[in-house]
Amino acid sequence: MSKINIQAPEVMIRESRLGSITGFKGTAGQLVKCGNSGNLHDCSRSFSQCMGCSSGNAFCQLSMIQDAAIVNHAPVGCAGDFFGFNFVYRVGQMERDLPPVIGRYFSTNIEENDTIFGAIKKLEETIRAAFERVQPNAIFVTTSCASGIMGDDVESVTENMTKELEIPVVACYCEGFKSKIWTSGFDSAYHSIVRKIVKPPEKKSKKVNIINFWGSDIFTELLAKLGYEADYIVPFSTVKQLEKISEAAASIQICPTLGTYLGAALEQIYGVPEIKAPMAYGIAGTDAWLRELGKVLGKETEVEEIIRSEAERILPQLDEYRAKLKGKTCYITAGAAHGHALIALLRELGLEVQGAAIFHHDPVYDNGDAGADMLDHAVKTYGDTSNYNVCNKQAYELVNILKRVRPDIMIARHGGMTLWGAKLGIPTLLIGDEHFGFAYQGLLNYAERVLETLDNTEFVTNLAKHSTMPYTKWWLDQDPYTFLGGDKHVKVY
Amino acid sequence: MSKFIEQPRYSCALGAQQSVVAIKRAVPIVHAGPGCSGKVSALIGQGEGYAGGNTIPCTNSSEAEIVFGGEDKLRGVIDGSLKVIDADLYVVLTGCTSDMVGDDVGQVTKEFQDLGQPIVYIETGGFKSNNYASHDGIIKAIIDQYVDKYAEQKEEKISGLVNVFATIPYQDPYWNGNLGELKRILEGIGLTVNVLFGTDSGGIQEWLTIPRAQFNIVVSAWPGLEIAIHLQEKYQTPYYHFPYLPIGGLETSKFLRNVVDFGKLDQEKAEDFITREEEKFYSFIERTADFMLEFRYGLPRTFYTILDSSYAIGFAKYLLNELGILPAAQYIIEDTPEIYQEAIREQFRNISEKRSADVIFCIDGGKVQEEIRANQSKHRSLILGSGWDRDLAKEINADLLIISVPVNYRLILNCGYAGYNGGLRAIEDIYDIVLNTYR
Repeated sequence: MSKINIQAPEVMIRESRLGSITGFKGTAGQLVKCGNSGNLHDCSRSFSQCMGCSSGNAFCQLSMIQDAAIVNHAPVGCAGDFFGFNFVYRVGQMERDLPPVIGRYFSTNIEENDTIFGAIKKLEETIRAAFERVQPNAIFVTTSCASGIMGDDVESVTENMTKELEIPVVACYCEGFKSKIWTSGFDSAYHSIVRKIVKPPEKKSKKVNIINFWGSDIFTELLAKLGYEADYIVPFSTVKQLEKISEAAASIQICPTLGTYLGAALEQIYGVPEIKAPMAYGIAGTDAWLRELGKVLGKETEVEEIIRSEAERILPQLDEYRAKLKGKTCYITAGAAHGHALIALLRELGLEVQGAAIFHHDPVYDNGDAGADMLDHAVKTYGDTSNYNVCNKQAYELVNILKRVRPDIMIARHGGMTLWGAKLGIPTLLIGDEHFGFAYQGLLNYAERVLETLDNTEFVTNLAKHSTMPYTKWWLDQDPYTFLGGDKHVKVY
Repeated sequence: MSKFIEQPRYSCALGAQQSVVAIKRAVPIVHAGPGCSGKVSALIGQGEGYAGGNTIPCTNSSEAEIVFGGEDKLRGVIDGSLKVIDADLYVVLTGCTSDMVGDDVGQVTKEFQDLGQPIVYIETGGFKSNNYASHDGIIKAIIDQYVDKYAEQKEEKISGLVNVFATIPYQDPYWNGNLGELKRILEGIGLTVNVLFGTDSGGIQEWLTIPRAQFNIVVSAWPGLEIAIHLQEKYQTPYYHFPYLPIGGLETSKFLRNVVDFGKLDQEKAEDFITREEEKFYSFIERTADFMLEFRYGLPRTFYTILDSSYAIGFAKYLLNELGILPAAQYIIEDTPEIYQEAIREQFRNISEKRSADVIFCIDGGKVQEEIRANQSKHRSLILGSGWDRDLAKEINADLLIISVPVNYRLILNCGYAGYNGGLRAIEDIYDIVLNTYR
């Protein structure tokens, strides 16, 4: 049964919607098997380090809509991520030749008195001020732990303000305490967009939605060859543009961890087909993804031509890289689907993946299609990966494992983890651009950077010599999963 | 007055986790929702450091802890922290979730204190205050729950030992450099100096000597004052209050002489140090004077301030009296408690011997920017502000020196603006920005 219901103000969190988990130790194959048989158990940790929360992930998608303003209904500390995303927004403007503008973000600054009397008035005032100052075409209101516990009726306020200001004022429910999986925040942002911004299609367009963050532009050229136009959403789009995403010919997600909800919602509500295939990482994955794209867009012949010419173009160079990378070992830490993609990519390059710490696991996506399971694809194509740990950014587990595994290189996809490789003297690579490893060219891109990193050992060697280790000797001698226990059954999904 | 904020320039009460990170080998244990700690780090953090950033233990409170209370979870995370993280001091800080639900964090912490663990707690639910206010709370918690218990010979004062309460680590992006310079100049006049935070401090051993100081020095408009008063009551330690950051020759010398008077220190030795420092400082000023007087393409002649009060007063005095740049509108952004506002106004009333400047208290950066836009100085101006002010500066053709968080356009290590060296550094940084505007 579909879990997409845009009548409801809130989207269900991933734990209950998809049966997602944040704790697991075993092999990738075991995880896939448990997931497929509905037998996945979550494990909680009795000791943990700080994670992310939904509100940050919701904000990252909403904060770069060019003509929207954001009101964060929260104490001021929750606005700690405003400037970081403003920075990303502004760098992205440079890359897209957009004029420099500042993100227009407001905190309602909930204070002690408000927790007693409620902060509805304050919220209204802030929304009005945002409207007056920014003249936006939409205002999104993101919630917080404090506003959630206080029980402020944000839904009524946004409805009333929509009438008063005559623009959509949309509530996005992303209280941090509600989900252990911070990517639930993506779903919250998309739910608010589909619920209140997207309009029913009037016609079909030649556009393809690219559900993405803010990576480099790699889809324009590909889609142009197929006679379509890339429409990057949600960051850097406009409200008008978002109104029309229901008219697109298809939706591509650069990563189902990001786009699972939006892709499925657009398909199920407005019939925009979603490309349901393994992600385009590694050769087999890219082939499969492109073929699915060709099928959905009715361009099978053109896609076969792309596959043929790209293989011809990259294979000689790929073989050279494979020869150089042969026998090298690596360890991966990343968000869920991107981590699966990296496993495929690195194994395609011939590296030995000694293990992975992946932030969470969605056993199924909102489209319910098993063909879109990238981890399943990676296991089937390249064989199992041992030391597969579902670990939501718990650096203490990572350090412990790295000390044992001692890979030739650590590949990280998110900030805050790289240091632990480097401090142990392990060359560590983090690629910021989430499109860097995509498709055939992505293999060459990564291979070059991996070789460069393997070679560049001076920095990490010196850093390791001079850096401190905040973990106790006791801990580094324990089993890395000492604190992982208390199996909790996740409800059937 | 409305209290919403566009462009926040400080954190909530939980922001004081960074004050803990700033203490050598101390680690915060955050009992809050999953994103809180990371958001503090995102705004004011400067890398992981020893055990900050992603290393910070946290209960990551979820629905279950809201409904059933989070004390058991906290107990587990404290227990794990003591085993896993190698630290000298653990500080439990709460977030909104815990404070709203009413977890008895004091009781849970006490269980570990009773076992002799070096652990203290403070309630820092985000809605309770901001990190300017909660910083004092952290210091107080450590003193009352840890230092007081473990310090030896508390009654025996050490002659010449002072505790300095100056900047708020990380909220002041230049905290480490500032504390280093304050320590250097105070040592120069013969004192032994506890700065308590940062690379120039002695960690927990230093904290344990707090009760034995001959006197305390508060270098700040108001944060730190409550601590000084508390220490006066608790250990009968007198305190000297200098109500802003001393920057450059005039103010630093004044600060040092006042300290000498207050502490009845060796005048001759102090004057000797001051003379040497001034000589050095003014020899550089002399070198730049012809540039300041002759540069034909334009230098800023007025300055706007969008800073906290300690920086605002310090920079205003320095820029006006030593560089001849005149104050335009002065905005103070740290949500200054009303009881301290008049003293700050008074400082601006006497910003130089013949000049006064208006000061506006406003936490809403968006409003501040609107006002500056509407009231542009006709001269080339300098903005002392934050990363938020980049477009504003460009629009009104001003030069922007980023002093306040968010600082994202600068990478800061040991840079500081306090004291003699900080004054010189400020000149280099300001005119570096100015000269960089020419092709």
